[in-house]
Amino acid sequence: MRTIKTTDITRNIREMCMEANYTLSPDMKRRLEEAREQESGTLGLQILNQLSENMKIAEAEQIAICQDTGMAVVFIELGQEVYIEGGSLAEAIEEGIRQGYQDGFLRKSVVRDPILRENTGDNTPGVLHYEIVPGDQLKLTLAPKGFGSENMSRISMLKPADGIEGVKQAVIEAVSLAGPNACPPMVVGVGIGGTFEKCAFLAKKALTRNTDEPSNIPYVAELEAELLKRINQLGIGPGGLGGKTTALAVNIETYPTHIAGLPVAVNICCHVNRHVTRML
Amino acid sequence: MEKYITLPLTEEKIRDLQAGDYVYLTGTIYTARDAAHKRMTEAYEQGEGFPIDLTNQTIYYLGPTPAREGQVIGSAGPTTSSRMDKYTPLLLKNGLRGMIGKGKRSQEVMDAMAEEGAVYFAAVGGAGALLSKCIKKAEVVAYEDLGTEAIRRLEVENLPVITVIDCQKHNLYETAVEEFQRTESIRDY
Repeated sequence: MRTIKTTDITRNIREMCMEANYTLSPDMKRRLEEAREQESGTLGLQILNQLSENMKIAEAEQIAICQDTGMAVVFIELGQEVYIEGGSLAEAIEEGIRQGYQDGFLRKSVVRDPILRENTGDNTPGVLHYEIVPGDQLKLTLAPKGFGSENMSRISMLKPADGIEGVKQAVIEAVSLAGPNACPPMVVGVGIGGTFEKCAFLAKKALTRNTDEPSNIPYVAELEAELLKRINQLGIGPGGLGGKTTALAVNIETYPTHIAGLPVAVNICCHVNRHVTRML
Repeated sequence: MEKYITLPLTEEKIRDLQAGDYVYLTGTIYTARDAAHKRMTEAYEQGEGFPIDLTNQTIYYLGPTPAREGQVIGSAGPTTSSRMDKYTPLLLKNGLRGMIGKGKRSQEVMDAMAEEGAVYFAAVGGAGALLSKCIKKAEVVAYEDLGTEAIRRLEVENLPVITVIDCQKHNLYETAVEEFQRTESIRDY
């Protein structure tokens, strides 16, 4: 049994909220630089240059990369040999979000009730996903999710007969409909299989995977590459104003499913694909 | 074409703007997004009128992050405009001339823009840190309780925007993508 204190969890989440909102991961920075080298659309290139400049200012001056600093999504992988000391794990994480968004000059974008819509004032609650895993460590991944792109995400409950072609069509269609609204260039997270809610979870989780690492399932890795190529042939481009760079990456996660179904979820993220992982 | 425009907009300035023009805006603009649009519309319907005079004004669909000490404003990029579509024709009928946001607009908004003489600009989504540098003054003028969604008056200097929909219903989101596809000769689709 290993003991982890709630105060350590809060402190880490607080720091992760700021880190994620000021700086992108090295792979995301590389994707953007590669896009700048390849872009031939006139406005498209101008926009990519602005994004690159924006990234430098955000990091140097510790200003949020985007004013939509998102709803805090947290993936928690809790080792079954960990003992949490000092109170509730959930409350420790919420307190970290509260402190991170307050002290980091991040926007408070969460309303308490979806219909009544009163701002909670501290960006809590986050969306917490728990997984119990073997071992004595606690892995925390924080992914602040902006809603310009979240709003353009979709789920399709395909038929088994639709097969891989149906999946491709669902992804291309989601990206086409998202167009300029999702702040392209985008990162496309796809979940295939499971149930209605499982495939949505997989699509979200796919966005947190390093874009340098394709899926370890060979046909899925090929599908990722093919979809990225086809999406970039749509011509939507940066800002939706024409160009080669509509998506920077397509990440796909799969899961076993039912004999009657083929659920596909497409979770779209803008180029500000923020995620930070820490192991406690 | 690159153009430098001093606000407020006038019908004459709007007639001169075409979809595709890269524009630098200088002068006064107002921020308003979802909650402020809803409240403005409700106030109007109840006969209270709008909290600001919209005549010839420009609204930036923006909810900024808080400013650090010594800063005018925090990160300040555009939010998705289509969420404001439901409320926009009423504002256009009451004098609104310009909108800054990102993403598509509805046919109703485009029709009202053509009828009233208004223009829709896009700022680059996700470039909030960079865009904040063009904002020289920021002051909450209405609905302070809405926090980031309050209406702010901003003084901007050379704010870079792109004319996406002009007052003749030309829509750059459609033409730019078509144009790019034509010139790129995409064959191995």
